[in-house]
Amino acid sequence: MRTRTGFDREIQLLQEELVLMGSMVKKQIERAVESLRTLDQEAARRVIEGDKEVDHMRFAIEERALTLIATQQPMASDLRIIVACLNMIVDIERMGDHAEGIAKIVLRYEDQPLLKPLIDIPRMAVLAADMLDQALEAFVAHDADAARQVARLDDEVDALYEQVYRELLTYMINDPRTIDRATWLLWVAHNLERIADRATNICERVIFLVTGKMEAANVSRH
Amino acid sequence: MHPGARSTSESTPPVIRTEAPMIRPQNPPVEAPAIGMRVARLSAWYGKHQAIRDVTLDIPERNVTAIIGPSGCGKSTLVRCLNRMHEVVRGARAEGEVIIGGLNIYDPAVDPVALRREVGMVFQRANPFPTMTIFENVVAGLRLTGRHNGRELREVAERSLQRAALWEEVKDKLNTPGTDLSGGQQQRLCIARALAVNPNVLLMDEPASALDPVATLRIEELIRALRDEIMIVIVTHNMQQAARVSDQTAFMLAGEERVGELIEVGPTTQIFTNPRDKRTEDYITGRFG
Repeated sequence: MRTRTGFDREIQLLQEELVLMGSMVKKQIERAVESLRTLDQEAARRVIEGDKEVDHMRFAIEERALTLIATQQPMASDLRIIVACLNMIVDIERMGDHAEGIAKIVLRYEDQPLLKPLIDIPRMAVLAADMLDQALEAFVAHDADAARQVARLDDEVDALYEQVYRELLTYMINDPRTIDRATWLLWVAHNLERIADRATNICERVIFLVTGKMEAANVSRH
Repeated sequence: MHPGARSTSESTPPVIRTEAPMIRPQNPPVEAPAIGMRVARLSAWYGKHQAIRDVTLDIPERNVTAIIGPSGCGKSTLVRCLNRMHEVVRGARAEGEVIIGGLNIYDPAVDPVALRREVGMVFQRANPFPTMTIFENVVAGLRLTGRHNGRELREVAERSLQRAALWEEVKDKLNTPGTDLSGGQQQRLCIARALAVNPNVLLMDEPASALDPVATLRIEELIRALRDEIMIVIVTHNMQQAARVSDQTAFMLAGEERVGELIEVGPTTQIFTNPRDKRTEDYITGRFG
């Protein structure tokens, strides 16, 4: 008979809740960018409201982790899982904040149309959301190699960000009346770039929980 | 041993066979070795039954080493071999080397009795001598080596009781029986007794397992305080204690033939956060059996 089945279940629950929180945030990112594409203020408001649930989950997971540490004296891989979770929920919660930030930008538009059809921004969003998804998969599988691979995708997001930046700069230089809306789009792109960075952090924590070592998963070119 | 070892050749009572300290190196080492004790391929038997096999372990100076493992893994046997207490048991024998200060303690020239002053031991159940006062308990070892000077004995007793964090509690009742003390105090008295003969190494076999949590933590604090002066090897079944108190941890396990082996040894933080061997991981996470 395996000892500590109760504890095993608790650790399992902790990880499941973290994945749930991550999935929630992934949806928030997708909905936020969709609400921008269609300038749907109602949808944007739902994203903003939805961030409360993400914050709530973060504190629930943190409390569960703290209780496990206090009552179960976790060691070795158990300890690393719990510590990794504690760190990852911070990254996921910040990703949620960035999604909320995108939704708040949508609310600024009021009656104005988008400056231009969105092409690179949705691409960034798909990549960033994918990175989160795959990072969570690597976490569930405790797969450090998969985590390292996901982290490399950050370069693509950074490259797209550069592209968006240059394009929007061109708009602003050519016509000062576009500065407002161009800046808003720049903030959206920045939020997405930060989401991808946070996904890289999650990958680093997965590597840590498997190997016991903190290593930089993807050193930024910037 | 170490260059400061006191000679016991003057006024030795006849009951003690030794006429010299455990070792008298012809050429004392120029600098103290970083490794204080080296255990090399140590095996031990009780009659025909082999208790431990091929244990190899380095114990640095100024270091607390914890030995952990499930019941029957041979950790107590190992520790008793480190000052040849093991051979007190009839039919027991050991092979291999335990090298302290450059000398193998199993060398025929070594006197086991003198060895056990240099390598002191504290047991699970505190065992103050029942017919003696606190003071007499502390200086018992000194008296056995022929030191009877009252002033010297009082000085050593006070210093030892201070090192054992017991002085303040007993300084006004040194002539009361040792057995009148609480469990935790008795254990600290036994530590003071061991320290009085100025050992280089202190072996502790589950020193706190019979004590309440507060007394346990006081013993642990004492171990941390003594660490800078002497090597300490502590056997414990309490993993959290091993994690709190030690610098390096050795994990032992009995294999199929019930022979104890050393599975893994390493810095305590590494053993408890990222052990290399799955068996170590299973033991310390309680996924045993």
